[in-house]
Amino acid sequence: MLKDIFTKPKKKKYATIPSETARQDVPEGIMTKCPNCKKIMYTKELLKNVKVCFHCGYHHPMNSKERIESLVDPGSFRELNKTMISENPLDFPGYKEKMEADRQKTKINEAVVTGSAQINGLDVVLAIMDSTFRMGSMGSVVGEKITQAIEKADELGVPFIIFTASGGARMQEGVLSLMQMAKTSVALKRFSENGGLIISIMTHPTTGGVSASFASLGDYNLAEPGALIGFAGRRIIEQTIREELPEDFQTSEFLLKHGQLDAVISRHDLKARLASILEIHQPGGNFNWQEI
Amino acid sequence: MAGDLELEKPIVELRRKISELKEFTNNTEVDLSSEIEKLENRLERLEKEIYDNLKPWDRVQIARHPERPTSMDYISRLFTDFFECHGDRYYGDDEAIVAGIAKFLGLPVTVIGHQRGKDTKENIRRNFGMPHPEGYRKALRLMKQAEKFKRPIICFIDTKGAYPGKAAEERGQSEAIARNLFEMAGIKVPIVCIVIGEGGSGGALALGVGDHIHMLENSTYSVISPEGAAAILWKDASLAKKAAETMKITAPDLKQLGVIDEIIPEPKGGAHRDVDLQAIEISEALKTSLKTLASLTEEELIDQRYQKYKQIGEYSFLNEYIGVN
Repeated sequence: MLKDIFTKPKKKKYATIPSETARQDVPEGIMTKCPNCKKIMYTKELLKNVKVCFHCGYHHPMNSKERIESLVDPGSFRELNKTMISENPLDFPGYKEKMEADRQKTKINEAVVTGSAQINGLDVVLAIMDSTFRMGSMGSVVGEKITQAIEKADELGVPFIIFTASGGARMQEGVLSLMQMAKTSVALKRFSENGGLIISIMTHPTTGGVSASFASLGDYNLAEPGALIGFAGRRIIEQTIREELPEDFQTSEFLLKHGQLDAVISRHDLKARLASILEIHQPGGNFNWQEI
Repeated sequence: MAGDLELEKPIVELRRKISELKEFTNNTEVDLSSEIEKLENRLERLEKEIYDNLKPWDRVQIARHPERPTSMDYISRLFTDFFECHGDRYYGDDEAIVAGIAKFLGLPVTVIGHQRGKDTKENIRRNFGMPHPEGYRKALRLMKQAEKFKRPIICFIDTKGAYPGKAAEERGQSEAIARNLFEMAGIKVPIVCIVIGEGGSGGALALGVGDHIHMLENSTYSVISPEGAAAILWKDASLAKKAAETMKITAPDLKQLGVIDEIIPEPKGGAHRDVDLQAIEISEALKTSLKTLASLTEEELIDQRYQKYKQIGEYSFLNEYIGVN
């Protein structure tokens, strides 16, 4: 028909499904496809480039192990609370099994890894959230581990650095999850009153209760480029206000423009920048002004 | 030279003549060195005559010179490890104010300054150095942070004024400025302010409540721009020159009024003639200030700041009683 010439060709009706043999051509994990520019690269090379896409600069999510390796002085990390695991306070069906499965899969005990370490020779206490474990959701153990890490920093008199990555509160622990927002904030307040330095680095994704507590309470709130950061999810907001949201809504760059971040820092520059901030906050540096 | 001011015309003219003569002697065999020397002596006298007798309006012109160094020009020359911190954590990031942490002579400081652009594109981004409330709130956030970490605060003042706009009023321009004045009075670390260009009204003062206030020789500090004053007083903005003279807005005038502490000298013709030299002059002033203020306790510091502002203003008393009862 004539009118068909003027209409766009319709999408193919059938998706092509690679055959089982074709799918097995490339063994799992050797190559990684960038979800942003769709280019394919060697996983090993990508790891060497701190998981930043060579082509478009997309920051692939890092797990806690990769983060520690890329950031702290080799051999300086001492983990805290390696064995702490969650109970099932609400007797939520299947929760324990899911946790066990994630422990097996990720080889970490919960969605945050904490410990003391050194960055360019400067002492810090670190908390690194890991989105590979239950999407980094925050339950009692995440709250407790972070709180104890803050207390450790206070006790040692060293800065507290947190990398956030979380889908929000953990539904299976109900209101106890909500209260972890308060628990961690209470600990941060005391630490801050004692003069403690807090640096928060938000990574993809930092949402819900985590963004509305410790992630936003840094003396310096930094973020990796392109990370999704926000309180309520995009879909929920769109449904509530019945309005389409801008493309860059809730990205790091959007937050920077709207006054929520001190800076957006590329993973390549992160270690140097952190070291420089730590250096400026070294105790004893202050008020030697009479001697200048 | 680009960006020459009206008042410099005779100097420019003479310079041009000298260079012409020099070129002439180079190209031909005629010796004009005695002529050149004479002219150079005259140039020196002329420069002295013009630059030593700058009228207030001349200083306004220098303070507004498009090439006059901005906060960032000084920040890059005076400090190391500067890390710019963005955002007020409420609404936005105002690029008309830059703020961050850095080291001065190896010691930590917090630096805050108005920032205007030098070309149209940058000026639009920086809103011509005229801040919105979020700019002042960012500044205050960083001052509070400096207080927490016990490092001194250095403020560069360079603005025509706070931005007069609808959005600024909606977000509480007055409150933001007032809050800064109020909070700066109680900040427990030294605050040193330097007026580097135009110090325009409340927009300038919101970074200007400090322990030591310095002014570059050719900068201005005033309750309103000369044009604005002329419009209000005589309903004629073209009388700005007259207003500039009447309003006492130059560094020597303000020193006499006790509003500022020190005048930082500028290179001949203004800071833009030699930014590096100007940075050294500022560095010296900062060093002296910070050293002096470091010897005070927190209580002494805040008390001194209180007294400093308490004594500004003049008044007397009538002989007879006029009142409500």
